[in-house]
Amino acid sequence: MNTREVVIVGGGPAGLAAAAELKALGVDDILIIEREKNLGGILRQCIHDGFGLTRFGETLSGPEYSQRFIDQVKEMGIEAITNATVIDISPDKVVTADTTEGLLKIQAKAIVLTMGCRERTRGALAIPGTRPSGIYNAGVAQSYMNLFNKMVGKNIVIMGSGDIGLIMARRLTLEGAHVSAVIEILPYPSGLPRNIEQCLHDYDIPLYLGYSVIDIQGEPRIERVIAAKVGENGKLVEGSEIEFPCDTLILSVGLIPENELSLSAGVVLDDRTKGAVVDENYQTSVPGIFAAGNVLHVHDLVDFVSLEAEDLAKGVFQYLRDGKLEENEIPVCAGENIGHVIPQKISGKKDIQMSLRVRKPVGRCKVVVKQAGRELKTVSMPKAIPAEMIQFRVKAEAFVSSEPVEVMINE
Amino acid sequence: MENLYDVVVVGGGVVGSAVARELSRYQLKICVLEKELDVCNGVSGRNTGLLHSGILSGDQPVRTECCIEGNAEFDQVAKELDVPFKRCGKLIVGFGEEEKQCLQQLYQHGLECGIPGIRMIDADEIKAIEPNADGDTGIYVPTAGILCPYTYTIALAENAAQNGVEYHFDQKVTAISRTPGGEYEIQTENGMWRSRWVVNCAGLFAYQISVMLGFEAYVPKRVKGEYEILDKKAGKFLSVPIYPAPGKAGDCDIHITPTVDGNILVGPTLEDVDETIDYSATQEKIDQLMEQGARLFPRHVKREYFIRNYAGIFPYVADPGIQERVDFQIQAREDIPHAVNVVGISTPGLTSALPIARRVVEKVKEQEELRPNEAFNPVRKGIVRFAEQTDEEKMRLIEEDPDYGEIYCRCECVTKAEIKQAVHNILGVSTVSGIKYRTRATMGRCQGGYCETRLTAMIEKELQQDVKDILLNQKGAYMFVGKVK
Repeated sequence: MNTREVVIVGGGPAGLAAAAELKALGVDDILIIEREKNLGGILRQCIHDGFGLTRFGETLSGPEYSQRFIDQVKEMGIEAITNATVIDISPDKVVTADTTEGLLKIQAKAIVLTMGCRERTRGALAIPGTRPSGIYNAGVAQSYMNLFNKMVGKNIVIMGSGDIGLIMARRLTLEGAHVSAVIEILPYPSGLPRNIEQCLHDYDIPLYLGYSVIDIQGEPRIERVIAAKVGENGKLVEGSEIEFPCDTLILSVGLIPENELSLSAGVVLDDRTKGAVVDENYQTSVPGIFAAGNVLHVHDLVDFVSLEAEDLAKGVFQYLRDGKLEENEIPVCAGENIGHVIPQKISGKKDIQMSLRVRKPVGRCKVVVKQAGRELKTVSMPKAIPAEMIQFRVKAEAFVSSEPVEVMINE
Repeated sequence: MENLYDVVVVGGGVVGSAVARELSRYQLKICVLEKELDVCNGVSGRNTGLLHSGILSGDQPVRTECCIEGNAEFDQVAKELDVPFKRCGKLIVGFGEEEKQCLQQLYQHGLECGIPGIRMIDADEIKAIEPNADGDTGIYVPTAGILCPYTYTIALAENAAQNGVEYHFDQKVTAISRTPGGEYEIQTENGMWRSRWVVNCAGLFAYQISVMLGFEAYVPKRVKGEYEILDKKAGKFLSVPIYPAPGKAGDCDIHITPTVDGNILVGPTLEDVDETIDYSATQEKIDQLMEQGARLFPRHVKREYFIRNYAGIFPYVADPGIQERVDFQIQAREDIPHAVNVVGISTPGLTSALPIARRVVEKVKEQEELRPNEAFNPVRKGIVRFAEQTDEEKMRLIEEDPDYGEIYCRCECVTKAEIKQAVHNILGVSTVSGIKYRTRATMGRCQGGYCETRLTAMIEKELQQDVKDILLNQKGAYMFVGKVK
């Protein structure tokens, strides 16, 4: 069997950044396995701009952003195989990939999981109604339009205000389709404020906040969507139904980290993120298996994916050098109005990067990190919304004991 | 004359395809007229996928007899037609004294019908058979099994086609007449077909064809059932179907059934419906599935596992006189020569399809001597599923055809080679769902998020279709309005 120091599963932004950083640290024997014919991951279909402001200080399109990493990886001589799908990872770190050359089996010393995420579907939400054609997930519609040159419809309704849905509202409009509504069940948008501004407001596309899609009608092709107002008690407001005629419904109702391979490797997942439970080195519950990017928790900006993966590389490097990493015993818990926190476990001996999201939007507030009743760190925020991930570093000196750490929002 | 057949079978469901297959054992020119664009788009593809034992067939002798016969032979059938099948047995469970009595009655009925191996069991034995099932009393039915209803129907149809049967899709029958010369003229929305024989296997619409042929005017008594499909992650927790004790009408309400592919089906809800064909899912029934499903299969019926919902309609018919549901009807009449009328085939139609088909052949033989088709081959091979092979076999497949080395559907691990074979299926079906039913692509938890773009690209390329002509599943179900400017 082939052996490798590191196998990276997925050649998207996280995998590429991890590879380049590992190489820079002196790890030579790296293999990236990518299922698509080209590297770049989901960015290949993200032809809009706005990528790279944090990482490169300029605004790039998705393909331009990923090309910088692809070029770097190539220049560094890092090996990558494409059109190869990993179909299994065993707990003892044997990676099996399906390729046109045969079934590839590699014994890895360390594995980096960077498989990204997938979209939540209509079926998962169990939306009532008919089962016509013309219902697409936003990312699928984006792929059809930008990679396959296929136009999905003319009269569009978008369910959910996730970022891809917002981007697609603009993209479809620019291609001559009419987008009549974006319907969001929550009383606030799920996508970034800048996308609400640039993709909806700039094109006069109405956003219906607090509306739920209660029926899909029409067959063989979708003909209309019925939405109703959700009252404060969570129940539908009688008589509030609005009918939206359409020939296409685009769903942008959430992303789920793609962890089927992680599960086969025995990696423990976090119920809240649906990604792996990791420590401050981004190591999962299986020693030598690491995870970063959208497979770990869904990000809103690719820049943070790259930075996280670069951070991960340090842990992998240390693991390869020492043959193990010190076990992290201190749990990090999500407290008041916090959806989740990464990492979930720390040693208390290292500076750590904390990534978190709030559950509900709040105005002026403080993010407070506490241990043993003491405030270790507070970060003041003018506002915090679920759409925007919050990141900050906590210094090793801040930790006072081995008791659990809690992160919360104080209004 | 063109379009002159010995036999026209109306309907390409499991019964129509079984009839076509059984008739292809004889020297006959046969075609199947199907109104949809693929087989099993109606009742045959929208059910629980259970190989029934016959215990739930009530006091209807033909229904019970066909079911027992079909059950007994299915290991052999599954082998011949390369259809995945598991004889896993079944639990019918009850809570409380009333349901216990109901189950005891059912058990007695089962013994009288000669259902093999059934036995009454208590709570401990229920847990011993399936630790995740609940109930105080139960009947264990060892001969029941699970199969994939569309894989089976497709297998029958493909075997029929291999043996010379023609399938014509998009052929909704609108009128049938008989010429003075004794030939049938079958008018469809898209043509005229002539035949010496007509066999009515039109499922939900059999009662209409029955009238066109001059048989009884049965009254449709349709029952709609909604289902929820659960993730394979839930499937790991169930090895046998769990049925509740039957209600007053003898129907079993929401049950929990593992599928041969490893998912779980929750359903069906049961609701009397009129003649409108409406497969919509409703919020009320989705909630009901959750609630009642959790009673039989605690802890595992949860939203996190939802993959998709679907609905089916049971084509019960009533006698026009007494207005009660009739037994399976397999009829021939002297005053309507060369016609066989198959009506009222609801559950367990899947289990009974071949026994029904043999009875149809007998009806034909009563009026005409049939000469055997020496070339008939009962064996059909399905598309080899990469995901189910050993590593050695996978390597061999890739070596033989590198397309096995490209995963198109990641959730179900379906390769390009399988998709390509499905696109070039023998029946000439070209819809996206046609590929889905033949390979399982798009059936996983991402519901085609990854592979649907590849499937449509394959249809476009391999079948030289314009993007506007690519259909999801039926006429008018277009996927694209054209190319991006």
